Amino acid sequence: MLDLRHYNCLGEALRAALDRWPDEVCLIEADRDRENARITYRQFEQAALPLARALQNAGFQSGSRAAIIMTNQSKWLISAYAIFYAGGVLVPLDYKLPAGEQLQLLAHSKAEVLIVEYHLWRAIMQTDNFKVLAARLVLVTEAPPGADLAGAKRWENFHDSRPPIFVPCKRRDPACIVYSSGTGGRPKGCVLTHENYLEQCRALTALYPFSPGVRYLSILPTNHAIDFMVGFIGPFTCGATVVHLRTLRPEYIREAFTRYRITYMTVVPMLLKVLERGLRQRFDELPRGRRRVLRALIGINRAFTRRRPKLKLSRKLLGQVHKGFGGELRALFVGGAFTEPSTLQFFYDLGIPVGNGYGCTEAGTVITLNDFRPFRADTVGKPLPGIEVNILDPDAEGVGEVAVRGNTVMSHYLDDPEMTAETIVDGWLRTGDLGRIDKSGHLQLLGRKKNMIVTEEGKNVYPEDIEAAFEGITAKEFCVFAANYLWPERTMVGEQLVLVVHPEPAPPASAPNAEEAAPDAFAASESPESPEPDAPAAPAIASEVAAEIEARNRRLINYKRISGYLVWDRDFPRTASMKIKRLDLAEQIRKDRGRHHVVYL
Amino acid sequence: MNTLEQTTEEILNLAATHFKVPREQLSPSDDFFKKLGINSLQALDLLTRIEQHFRIELPDYELQGVTDFRTLAERIQSRL
Repeated sequence: MLDLRHYNCLGEALRAALDRWPDEVCLIEADRDRENARITYRQFEQAALPLARALQNAGFQSGSRAAIIMTNQSKWLISAYAIFYAGGVLVPLDYKLPAGEQLQLLAHSKAEVLIVEYHLWRAIMQTDNFKVLAARLVLVTEAPPGADLAGAKRWENFHDSRPPIFVPCKRRDPACIVYSSGTGGRPKGCVLTHENYLEQCRALTALYPFSPGVRYLSILPTNHAIDFMVGFIGPFTCGATVVHLRTLRPEYIREAFTRYRITYMTVVPMLLKVLERGLRQRFDELPRGRRRVLRALIGINRAFTRRRPKLKLSRKLLGQVHKGFGGELRALFVGGAFTEPSTLQFFYDLGIPVGNGYGCTEAGTVITLNDFRPFRADTVGKPLPGIEVNILDPDAEGVGEVAVRGNTVMSHYLDDPEMTAETIVDGWLRTGDLGRIDKSGHLQLLGRKKNMIVTEEGKNVYPEDIEAAFEGITAKEFCVFAANYLWPERTMVGEQLVLVVHPEPAPPASAPNAEEAAPDAFAASESPESPEPDAPAAPAIASEVAAEIEARNRRLINYKRISGYLVWDRDFPRTASMKIKRLDLAEQIRKDRGRHHVVYL
Repeated sequence: MNTLEQTTEEILNLAATHFKVPREQLSPSDDFFKKLGINSLQALDLLTRIEQHFRIELPDYELQGVTDFRTLAERIQSRL
């Protein structure tokens, strides 16, 4: 692998990698059971340099910003390298975002160039605010012949065979602007420097070495901080191979493991669970005798790998299981959300270590990672080399807010000094997550300080962001909270969102109807679990309003939906400018209402 | 060629069989995530079934932003 201490920027490091392993395969692009492309580092360079030159011809220069909106494929990485080669700043945008939001982020990032897949470009062209697009050059990949591109150019035709000029950057120069989920329409563009990436990559590859012959299966979106690092920068600076699979369907993922004899893959907890369920089902279907043998072998493997993984031994003991994963899998990584310890343990007992970690975009991907010495399913591992973790204002049990310092922490939020100052205080990045560090230096996560949830798919959802969906419901006022923010629980799984509704004052005559119409709400208020039996009964809302809430909820994408609503009969505390004082409201709710008052949809 | 109604009906039948739900409980306007109690990966499973049935290939992104059977049927119909 390259010694990244000797490089100043990603362009320089990637350029050295292409030079060092010209004949190694760097990318395989597969779609279901077909292989679309297989390219070497030399071919990668041959595809990227003409694009870099054409970009330079079009006025792209040091510090110019270019956004990419694409699914995982070779053109994503080729374009990214061309941007870095020309000294540009990459803005990787989430291809799963609605086109309207992509346009907002494009405007916020001030990207001059946009590189986008045709089907995504088509969606952008159809948005109402398409005209706000400020990028002066749009390159569209895979557009069908004769397609109307609204002035955009075809990526495939945009090249110049003359050599481009390599533009070096300094370590502290911005490399990428990565958007983490915003709140209330306030985009959070994390400005990550070349140093952030180079140091993060150095720390990660020291723990999990990549080398020529290693094959990484990339299924998390490349725009996501994890895949960008582990599915691009990491393998490329070590001469390894990245396998792109253009579908997330579990059956094809399973096939890809065996076809490409995958070494590493990163998954979100939801996919890990799907794999677990599939395996458990297969085990249950075994004849009783074989099932017993399997159980015994798992027990032996567990005993021998207690202190550290022993891949060779595990592959011998549990050959059939490992064969299903291609036979060369060294580890899975899981990220994006909290993973249940039982799932991690299940895989570890089979001899498939799952590198469970913790991180955030602001900290340049990974903060802590399990090093398997020994494996600890109950923690998210130890801080990576060069990263300091501190627990702010710990309580009697040592639990407090997790803060991070080190050379992988972002420079700032783009054009938002106020939010930067709130997030990075005295050099420490405040994560908003609660945790404690145990005696062996492992971090345990125990909830959140901030009002948000993270789904099993690894999606961050901020309540403020989904309030717009309920705008106009028949209520005096409303507000969305993370249930764990209202009623803290030391868990990060099964997180839910709750809509707090302050109903319109009902005319006296309609009150009995309301009771009839929303029996659940009344049942909840009379729950025997109520901590305050003398407290006034929770008010209800009319069935039409409940139906309205349900209908609005359905319009939201599944992971953004509320789980239920809570009726609140007092005015929300507000600032002079009439903004809801969320903290105060949450405190009042916490005092007067419990989780059992929530009416679940 | 199928009409949109026929395509919708066939998708509802496939969903009912695949997720073992009585067919009469499903209607075109249903939110399939909620009605079937499935996550996005399970929804992709349904997409595979639909592909096999209609003998077409559907990229994963055809499911992006789709939550109800009718819209899904419209997307499929445009590819038949």
